[in-house]
Amino acid sequence: MAAGPAPPPGRPRAQMPHLRKMERVVVSMQDPDQGVKMRSQRLLVTVIPHAVTGSDVVQWLTQKFCVSEEEARHLGAVLVQHGYIYPLRDPRSLVLRPDETPYRFQTPYFWTSTLWPAAELDYAIYLAKKNIRKQGTLVDYEKEYYDRLHTKINHAWDLVLMQAREQLRAAKQRRKGDRLVIACQEQTYWLVNRPPPGAPSVLEQSPGRGSCAASHVHMIEYCRRALGRTRVKSSVCLEAYLSFCSQRGPHDPLVSGCLPSNPWISDNDAYWVMNAPTVVAPTKLRVERWGFSFRELLEDPVGRAHFMDFLGKEFSGENLSFWEACEELRYGAQAQVPTLVDAVYQQFLAPGAARWVNIDSRTMERTLEGLRQPHRYVLDDAQLHIYMLMKKDSYPRFLKSDMYKGLLAEAGIPLETKKRVFPFSRRPRHSGPSPALLPAPVEPTAAGGPGGGDGVA
Amino acid sequence: MSPRHRQMATEALHENETLASLKSEAESLKGKLEEERAKLHDVELHQVAERVEALGQFVMKTRRTLKGHGNKVLCMDWCKDKRRIVSSSQDGKVIVWDSFTTNKEHAVTMPCTWVMACAYAPSGCAIACGFKQFSCLSLPSSWDYSGLDNKCSVYPLTFDKNENMAAKKKSVAMHTNYLSACSFTNSDMQILTASGDGTCALWDVESGQLLQSFHGHGADVLCLDLAPSETGNTFVSGGCDKKAMVWDMRSGQCVQAFETHESDINSVRYYPSGDAFASGSDDATCRLYDLRADREVAIYSKESIIFGASSVDFSLSGRLLFAGYNDYTINVWDVLKGSRVSILFGHENRVSTLRVSPDGTAFCSGSWDHTLRVWA
Repeated sequence: MAAGPAPPPGRPRAQMPHLRKMERVVVSMQDPDQGVKMRSQRLLVTVIPHAVTGSDVVQWLTQKFCVSEEEARHLGAVLVQHGYIYPLRDPRSLVLRPDETPYRFQTPYFWTSTLWPAAELDYAIYLAKKNIRKQGTLVDYEKEYYDRLHTKINHAWDLVLMQAREQLRAAKQRRKGDRLVIACQEQTYWLVNRPPPGAPSVLEQSPGRGSCAASHVHMIEYCRRALGRTRVKSSVCLEAYLSFCSQRGPHDPLVSGCLPSNPWISDNDAYWVMNAPTVVAPTKLRVERWGFSFRELLEDPVGRAHFMDFLGKEFSGENLSFWEACEELRYGAQAQVPTLVDAVYQQFLAPGAARWVNIDSRTMERTLEGLRQPHRYVLDDAQLHIYMLMKKDSYPRFLKSDMYKGLLAEAGIPLETKKRVFPFSRRPRHSGPSPALLPAPVEPTAAGGPGGGDGVA
Repeated sequence: MSPRHRQMATEALHENETLASLKSEAESLKGKLEEERAKLHDVELHQVAERVEALGQFVMKTRRTLKGHGNKVLCMDWCKDKRRIVSSSQDGKVIVWDSFTTNKEHAVTMPCTWVMACAYAPSGCAIACGFKQFSCLSLPSSWDYSGLDNKCSVYPLTFDKNENMAAKKKSVAMHTNYLSACSFTNSDMQILTASGDGTCALWDVESGQLLQSFHGHGADVLCLDLAPSETGNTFVSGGCDKKAMVWDMRSGQCVQAFETHESDINSVRYYPSGDAFASGSDDATCRLYDLRADREVAIYSKESIIFGASSVDFSLSGRLLFAGYNDYTINVWDVLKGSRVSILFGHENRVSTLRVSPDGTAFCSGSWDHTLRVWA
């Protein structure tokens, strides 16, 4: 074995779970019965045992994981990139060729998961060896590294050269085949640890993730609280997903497509124009969605506006206005809180208020009490009460109303845009106006101005 | 041993005992909790989903490629207008694109900064960036954490050529470690942040005041998502402690916690109904947690998927789960049946961020290969 860098204790493997998994794959690939077919590979005059071909690797992965060939090639490529499998013939690039190209499995000594620091000194020795060897030539980026290291560790350069020569001498004692294999192994190791410019570094990790300091006190508190909570049976919860997905399926462009066409596919933004936030004629699917849930209705500016009209007819429009004012308070600027609370009180809660909302006496008492020290959540109880009132009472009536039924009947289904015959004639893509360009919307006052100003084009 | 040393040794012993007893109490309570949760678990999702029709063949392609970042793309977010996007990268660049035309509309460059999080304001008139700033004299050659500031700033978007976007920025949040995620709540005036310092925080944009902080994670918090609930009060966060935690925004308390992943949780996203959320982790699995059943109800994994999932998002109906992975691929999962519907190739380095557009017509992925792709 070439005198490589002495392994210091590596970082815990648990931090890189994907490396462990790759190793398991590679180990099972080398299983004498179930593994990849091994053969001896002739390279010039030497015979290297235990080699595999790229295509055999891909074949094995396809069968073992029941995946497509494309995915198996990707997985194989990833194994090679991480240095777990290396090419015997062109060890300059860690690429998997799905053909007769020979490969071999990297020795565990050099496995990426050992996470040795791959020190500069070791790299210098490696490059020096390459430089000294008769046939070895340094590639451009290697030359650069070499020169840089020469400057940086100049004081230790004699040591570097001495080590390099010693390792080369020791290597000469080995059989040619072994020498070749060891050279490939080492080369692969350095390709992983010092990738050529342009190649992604597989060792790069996301910013230093912290270690885990268990917070037992928090956990104990939480568990105690959680033990008392009511839970719902799994069967009930899971059924809910089924009905949600089936109800929304036709409305999901990526599942069911959308009419007239998906703008990203057809380059035609008609779909967005037809479904603009405030549009005179909403599509049928959109009006249908207002019936899915109260939240869905309120979130759509057009739906909300129609609902406001409906409430107006029932003389309960102040409920929705009150709810909107409370939303504004909850999500408003901190500095605005006292002003907004006061405005809401004057408009909706004070005795004889212009748009007095009907809250039960207990909630009203609690709210008025809280108003003495206004904060952004002081109206939560009252807001919830009114919200539930609308949801349980007004909303179902809205859905049964002639108004809603009329909207549903009027709403149209767009025609599908015919597929273009000439795929090369690109429609010019129109740029829509940025929301940032529009004049700022008039801030809805607590008196309930135009619903939910979000000012989006 | 001197009396003083004896006293210190005794104290240390007590501390260790206390720590050990706390730990065992926590473990025993966790066990009891798991037992309670298991009592109501009467069926698996894929069993219930057997009668659901299988999805057809999936053909999704890259429809737009956005090139312009000079380094790893770390985060992206959609504008409510369904076509604009903000993205941020490791070279300190934040770009606002009209991804339909691929035009760049705004750009800010902050030297010596990693912009690890970005978000579009609901009004479309501003963006927020969470970043880590370094002294320009000592550019980091590795991930070095002696940086200066871990801030979240809000930039109003302006088309005025004479105005420097950076001039009007507001510094909103400040953490003691890197910012990993940020999100506006229902308005432009509040921001929720998650940080490597193990906490999340809610801020008032106008004044920069801290409104509420959320403590409980035992390590870096890596992601968060606001609940689409009617009463809009909760959000979920995921961290390096393998825990996903649901928080009450008003009280700062953790209302639910889940710990079934085997490694860091990189991404969390609510199921569109708000009754569940999905998570993506370094353990190469995505999982679905139901909030009413209070347990994990599905695992999305495959033996051939070895690398961590960095980001997840649902399609509009919640039937599909898109997940970006560290092996450069995107896997599409059938949420109900638990099977992998499709695998998408294209990126040339790990996928770091992924979001479905607001109207569900496409999703966008950002990668360490410096590009973003829109798929449909």
